[in-house]
Amino acid sequence: MREPRVLDKIIEVKNVTKVFDDTTVIDELNLSIRRGQFITLLGPSGCGKTTLLRMIAGFVAPTSGNIYIEGQDVTTIPPYKRPVNTVFQKYALFPHLNVFKNVAFGLKLKKVPCGEKLNSKGEKVEQFRKFTKEEIEQKVNRALRLVGLEDYGHRDVNSLSGGQQQRVAIARAIVCEPKVLLLDEPLGALDLKMRKEMQIELTKMHRELGITFIYVTHDQEEALTMSNVVVVLNDGLIQQIGTPKQVYDEPANAFVADFIGESNIISGTMIKDFSVKFLDTVFVCEDKGFAKNERVDLVIRPEDIDVFPENSEQGQLTGTVLSAVFKGTYYEMEIEANGYEFTVQSTTEARPGQKVKLLIKPNGIHIMKKLRTVNEFVGEVSGENTVDFCGGSFEIPTTLEKGTPVKVYVPFDAVELTDDEEDGEIGANVTHVLYKGSYYQVQIYTDTDEDFYIDTTDEWDIDDRVGVKINKSKIRLEVIAHEEESDEN
Amino acid sequence: MNKKLSLILRWAFLIIVLVAIYLPIALIVVYSFSAEKNIGSENGFGEFTFSLYSQLFQNSQLMEATLNTLIIGVVSALLATFIGTFTAVGLYYMRKGKKTVNFISQITVVNAEIVTAVGFFLLSIFIRDVLSIPLNKGIGWLIVAHTVLTTPYVILSVGPRLNQLNPNLYEAGLDLGAGPMRSLFTVVMPQLISSMISGFALAFTLSLDDFVVTNLNKGTGGVNTISTFVYANLKRNLDPSIRALSTIIFVIVLAVLIVFNIVKNKKQKAAQVG
Amino acid sequence: MKIKKLLKRGNDFRPTFFAFPYVLICIIFVVLPLVLVLVYAFMDDGGGFTLTNFVEVFTKDNLLLLLKTLGIAALTTVLCLLIAYPTALILASKPFNRYVILALMFIIPMWMNFVLRIIALRSLLYMIGVDYGFAATIIGMVYDFLPFMLLPIYNVLMEMDKSYMEAATDLGANSFLTFFKVTLPLSLKGIISGITMVFMPVFSAYAITGMLGDTNTTIIGGKINGLFEMTSTWGVGSAMSFVLLILVFLTMLLGNVFSGKGDNKPLAKGGANE
Repeated sequence: MREPRVLDKIIEVKNVTKVFDDTTVIDELNLSIRRGQFITLLGPSGCGKTTLLRMIAGFVAPTSGNIYIEGQDVTTIPPYKRPVNTVFQKYALFPHLNVFKNVAFGLKLKKVPCGEKLNSKGEKVEQFRKFTKEEIEQKVNRALRLVGLEDYGHRDVNSLSGGQQQRVAIARAIVCEPKVLLLDEPLGALDLKMRKEMQIELTKMHRELGITFIYVTHDQEEALTMSNVVVVLNDGLIQQIGTPKQVYDEPANAFVADFIGESNIISGTMIKDFSVKFLDTVFVCEDKGFAKNERVDLVIRPEDIDVFPENSEQGQLTGTVLSAVFKGTYYEMEIEANGYEFTVQSTTEARPGQKVKLLIKPNGIHIMKKLRTVNEFVGEVSGENTVDFCGGSFEIPTTLEKGTPVKVYVPFDAVELTDDEEDGEIGANVTHVLYKGSYYQVQIYTDTDEDFYIDTTDEWDIDDRVGVKINKSKIRLEVIAHEEESDEN
Repeated sequence: MNKKLSLILRWAFLIIVLVAIYLPIALIVVYSFSAEKNIGSENGFGEFTFSLYSQLFQNSQLMEATLNTLIIGVVSALLATFIGTFTAVGLYYMRKGKKTVNFISQITVVNAEIVTAVGFFLLSIFIRDVLSIPLNKGIGWLIVAHTVLTTPYVILSVGPRLNQLNPNLYEAGLDLGAGPMRSLFTVVMPQLISSMISGFALAFTLSLDDFVVTNLNKGTGGVNTISTFVYANLKRNLDPSIRALSTIIFVIVLAVLIVFNIVKNKKQKAAQVG
Repeated sequence: MKIKKLLKRGNDFRPTFFAFPYVLICIIFVVLPLVLVLVYAFMDDGGGFTLTNFVEVFTKDNLLLLLKTLGIAALTTVLCLLIAYPTALILASKPFNRYVILALMFIIPMWMNFVLRIIALRSLLYMIGVDYGFAATIIGMVYDFLPFMLLPIYNVLMEMDKSYMEAATDLGANSFLTFFKVTLPLSLKGIISGITMVFMPVFSAYAITGMLGDTNTTIIGGKINGLFEMTSTWGVGSAMSFVLLILVFLTMLLGNVFSGKGDNKPLAKGGANE
């Protein structure tokens, strides 16, 4: 992306961290938003997107870092003095006021400059006045017309439908002519049809008003259809910033690939530039610049796999169709090849049980760096052949002295999850499950607030309570030199 | 048959309890129209007369006590309503310390009233003697005591209503340019009106009913409420016009409750229709 | 400037400050008085530390008084429960549960000044020839506190999910068994709430013993009040208040333990305060 000019940045978030009760919700986040953009903050619930929005609005203060609006540091400026307005998730209309009064609420408080005047010391002082009744009426009616509710001014807000309440909330925010409109999952409470309609209208409004929209959602389709820029967030970190096309076609990592659109995510190895090996097969790809034999994740979109008959010359993999569903313009099929279950969308019909050839072209393979290749924790040798970390005590053969701080490396495949928490050394909750073809990558969260990544063939559900058992022979220890101690965190 | 019998028995039980509750009040109401000094004397009812009512309004001490009761009740209930509502809003947004504040405010609710009374008494001594701030125990001090005594009940009344509100309402006010105070008054408080009214009613009745705290904190200046005046004059000659006062208070309570229930029913019906 | 920034750093825009005035009020008017009670309890005339106040508290006479007060409180509580529970049970059963106004009739007197109500009862008792003394005192206590026992039990029974009882009958339990195995345990929270609203307040209700009792029915609340009417006995009064305070906390603890046991989920809102 071209580096935007300084003046173009309407909002800048610099090194912002937010910690709620010892949980880091936003982690050293940096983000610039250009004037006039429709930017979406996209991510699963709990990823920090709403917190980020609320920090821009001023309801939540960053633990550290700064937020700038038009170059001015607003970090400590209260919400009522910021040139932004919010459309809240559940509208938050004032129940005791009718539609007109709801929309007029902000205008009645607003002061506009009305020329300068000399004060007693002879200095020029800017004068402010309030809007007149007529001006307010005019502006409110214009805003109501924009959202298609011009005849609803006198109506009680409680008598309106969800969609209409949503429109009032939008009118109430835009009538104040904010520099940035913040929308917090505004369509979440609407039904599908209404949501589609509002999506189109919001894009239209954005064009007409020409102001910056920051839109928070967990719905990837909403993000891709409406915005110029998508910011994908997870665990308080930006995973990727890009146009909808960029995040879809060139996901930066397995998380983005999995979260946006349907995808086949497979572990592989870069043999050399433009050559990647996965499922025991070498494929030509368009990526380079990885280390030799670097382990990578790669994503193949269902529509990027071509299906050919078994006897065809084409195709690199041979597979068996497990299921096939006609979806109107294409068939969605589950095809197993070399132990991996591909999701395939193709116009070629194939029946379950049929053998087929699969062709994956170089531009259909997107290589991504692995997020993490090994679990890394800080622990301490607690006795003869025992090491404490993650709130548990593990027997690991070691010659180190008691009390020695160590780094503990646990490979993804060294961990076994058990149904019964009692069977494991420590307990944890499953927070994320990613299917990688022949196995699942499960992310768990321990009671001591640590993340574990585990490769397993068992299927787990999010929020499952599990016990964690570790294969001790695969654990590697490394003594932490004292000066490095503060390195962690 | 068995079912019918059970119904009759249950009615009978309720009626017996109700009669026991209302018999004393009925007696007072009836005898408020008799000029007899003592109820149940050999003279019986005597003749029907309103003389106790006119006598009541001529009893300046009793009138003053009634006025004091009303002033203390209204002012302390108003203060308690405002402080309690503010506090409930603050507590709603509080993360840390909420439990502590709630606990302390509940002390006044669960504590033995006599201990609270003693506490206020000693505090007045502390203010006067240790801090050397001239403090005239009297209506002002009683208003303070009653406000502190009744504020927790307002918090208990307003708090649950706050929990039902859209949590973003206050923020929406801020977002549209209203400062914290303005947002509280123009956005949040209008939603709390009905719970504030019931909080006020509760605080007011508790203040009217109070005897123990008032008795120990009214000072020596002769400030009396109805409760303390009646109690103090019990041993001497209690003016029979107290029966007229009781009747008037009972009728007012009844009227207020009836009006309140009619309004409530109308509102509910309107809500069902709309 | 820097300090201001530091203060604001990391503080979300939550209007917790609305609760600050009340926190201050609590410190001055709730916590400080209790501290003063403590100070006076352990202070001699010269301002030094002493335990003599407590020696004077734990005399044979005072222990007897405490025991008597406990007895009166316990008797009042039991009698209130025996009248209030069946009443609440009937009011919450079909067809009575349709008429909220009927239940309201039982608590209307609560809104009337209690001294006036006791005066009314006194007249009635005089008329039917009951002498002032122990029996009259107990009748007065029950008369005054009955609504406070009735209300929480009634609320719990009304909010109780009737399907529990239906389920029990469905499973073959007769009405007797249903009551003891289902209704009673589920209404325990209301009972506890009622008990706490009657038992401890009786300790302070010396106005009732004053109006209906004789020299034998003095209770500890009256004794403490009397000790503060003379300057020389504040220390003993404070020590006695302190003992009462401990008692309050003990009963609170006991109540929590019991209501914890009866804490069944559907009744989370049960045992409403007022």
